Amino acid sequence: MNRWKYASPLLLDNEATAICKKNVRIYDGDQKTSFEGGELIITTHRLLWGRPGAISKGQTCLALNLSLVVYIEEESPSAFSFSRSRKIILYLSEPTDFDPNGPQQTSIYNFIKLSFREGFNSDVTAILNDCIQRKQWETQVNAAVAAPKVTQSHIKLRTGIVGIERSLQEKQKAADESISVAFQDLSKLMTMAKEMVQLSNTISTKIKEKQGDITEDETVRFKSYLLSLGIDDPVTRNSYKSENQFYRSLAKQICDILQSHIEEMGGMMALTDVFCRVNRARGLELLSPEDILSACQIMESMNLPLKLYQFNSGVMVLQLATLDDESVAEATAILLDDKGSLSSEELAQTLGISITLAKERLLTAEKYGKSCRDDSIEGLRFYPNWFLTH
Amino acid sequence: MRRRAGLGAIQKHKLEQEKYKDKGNEIQENQFEQMTKQLEVFKVNLEEFATKHKNEIRKNPEFRRQFQEMCASIGVDPLSSGKGFWSVLGIGDFYYELAVQIVEVCLATNYKTGGLIGLSELRSRLIKARGKGKQHQEITQDDLIRAAQKLKIFGSGFTVVPVGKGQYMVQSIPGELSMDHTAVLQQVTHSNQAFVSVGYLRRELGWEEGRARKALEHMVQQGLAWVDLQNLQEKLYYFPSLFNACIDSSSDF
Repeated sequence: MNRWKYASPLLLDNEATAICKKNVRIYDGDQKTSFEGGELIITTHRLLWGRPGAISKGQTCLALNLSLVVYIEEESPSAFSFSRSRKIILYLSEPTDFDPNGPQQTSIYNFIKLSFREGFNSDVTAILNDCIQRKQWETQVNAAVAAPKVTQSHIKLRTGIVGIERSLQEKQKAADESISVAFQDLSKLMTMAKEMVQLSNTISTKIKEKQGDITEDETVRFKSYLLSLGIDDPVTRNSYKSENQFYRSLAKQICDILQSHIEEMGGMMALTDVFCRVNRARGLELLSPEDILSACQIMESMNLPLKLYQFNSGVMVLQLATLDDESVAEATAILLDDKGSLSSEELAQTLGISITLAKERLLTAEKYGKSCRDDSIEGLRFYPNWFLTH
Repeated sequence: MRRRAGLGAIQKHKLEQEKYKDKGNEIQENQFEQMTKQLEVFKVNLEEFATKHKNEIRKNPEFRRQFQEMCASIGVDPLSSGKGFWSVLGIGDFYYELAVQIVEVCLATNYKTGGLIGLSELRSRLIKARGKGKQHQEITQDDLIRAAQKLKIFGSGFTVVPVGKGQYMVQSIPGELSMDHTAVLQQVTHSNQAFVSVGYLRRELGWEEGRARKALEHMVQQGLAWVDLQNLQEKLYYFPSLFNACIDSSSDF
């Protein structure tokens, strides 16, 4: 009984009357209440009960929101009931708001009964069920609340930790959505790329086995495609680089940038160093390690002042074309005689070069028989080779 | 009766061969044309993809990783050339710049670490050095490993060494690290103390004394480990590349 409220029988927006019945009594649970002999109107949103004539006059009456009705059933008349009245039991959910504006504040029952003294046909149950199912009050509630919510949402975003969390969540959601779109696009792109890779494999096998007359021009173009795509294929590895204009101009560029530096540094510079310096100088449109390596590889054939040299240990350097192993060995031997003995750290400090390069110099001197090594737990140290010179 | 002897048969055979050859060429040319066309279409699609998602690649490391993995699975290396098709995505610049910075950090710390630096330390130093812009902060271990591996081709000794349990070290000075040495590094990493000793290795790894001593002395020789004689029972070997204080990047270079 505590779910009923005093309200005006004026219909709300979107509310429509479904059926009217006279001479209806409300039971609180199984107990009769004093609300008897009244008019009952079932609308799409509520149950309205009023004293005879009150509703038509627009006076205050009782209203029960249909949203609170969980389930209805007809009461089957017991063997002892003599009355003609049929009852409908309405099971209700807990009241949502504790509005004191009702006939009864507390109730031990969670159902009410409506007793129709003049009987009713099954229409009433069906109509009531229909109204409850349709839940027309929900759309209305949303519409009514949506308008103020727009302005409210701005305020919501700013309030406190919940607001921050919410905005983070929204950002995350937006990011997630854009990411999933990105991933879809990515997969499409990859399927396309895969087809091309397969096709290029077929073509490259043909080239290798020299089947058919694939023209020179087409081969060159094909190789350039492979390079641009980043497909690693033996076809592209060797000769192509030297024919390509891009690498030739790159080689010239590198020489221009680095020649004076290399001269200052004793004539050689490790490729990692070259890579860093060139990219730092460029700023934008950086070069890949492969690009730099390819450019350096063709320098010698282009008769540029610098050339690529690889030590036995695998270390690659860019060195002056005028420099060769023997002169390096000679220079190092002279230093050794001077200092008596050198480790790679000491040589590095003396010459102002990196430890790796110093080590290579010492090893080169050893290769030419100019020095002897002393390998101990203290490190690798070199001494002038007295076996040969004395 | 196809097989006939005589001049006619030879001539016919020759004609057939030539026809087959022509047909083969035709099919091949078609294939080549097909590839050219496909490439054009692909280029257009790639550029579209780039305009839509270039930012994602820069900002989202998970997306980058997926992209790289997909490329690897189909046999394509998007980083192989700064001028390739893939350069329109701008990932080249991202990775090459990262590689340059890795080299610089390694060079700056080599005097301390002997050429071996933990990947997490490398990452925190890099984040600090790259600046405060948001797109600079999001570099993951995966990005670093890929960039460092690109440097291998220079032969200067840049390698990424796994030390177990998902941790890595970056070696920037050429030196031979055998399986035993890697095992020693693993032990140090997971022991939560920056040193080991011969006895420790014998206990934890079940090695003989000679083997443990050889491994440790080699690392001292390479400059990766320092000897501490203060312990009364045995020599302790410290690894500065794994000191926690080094990982705290507020210490200067």
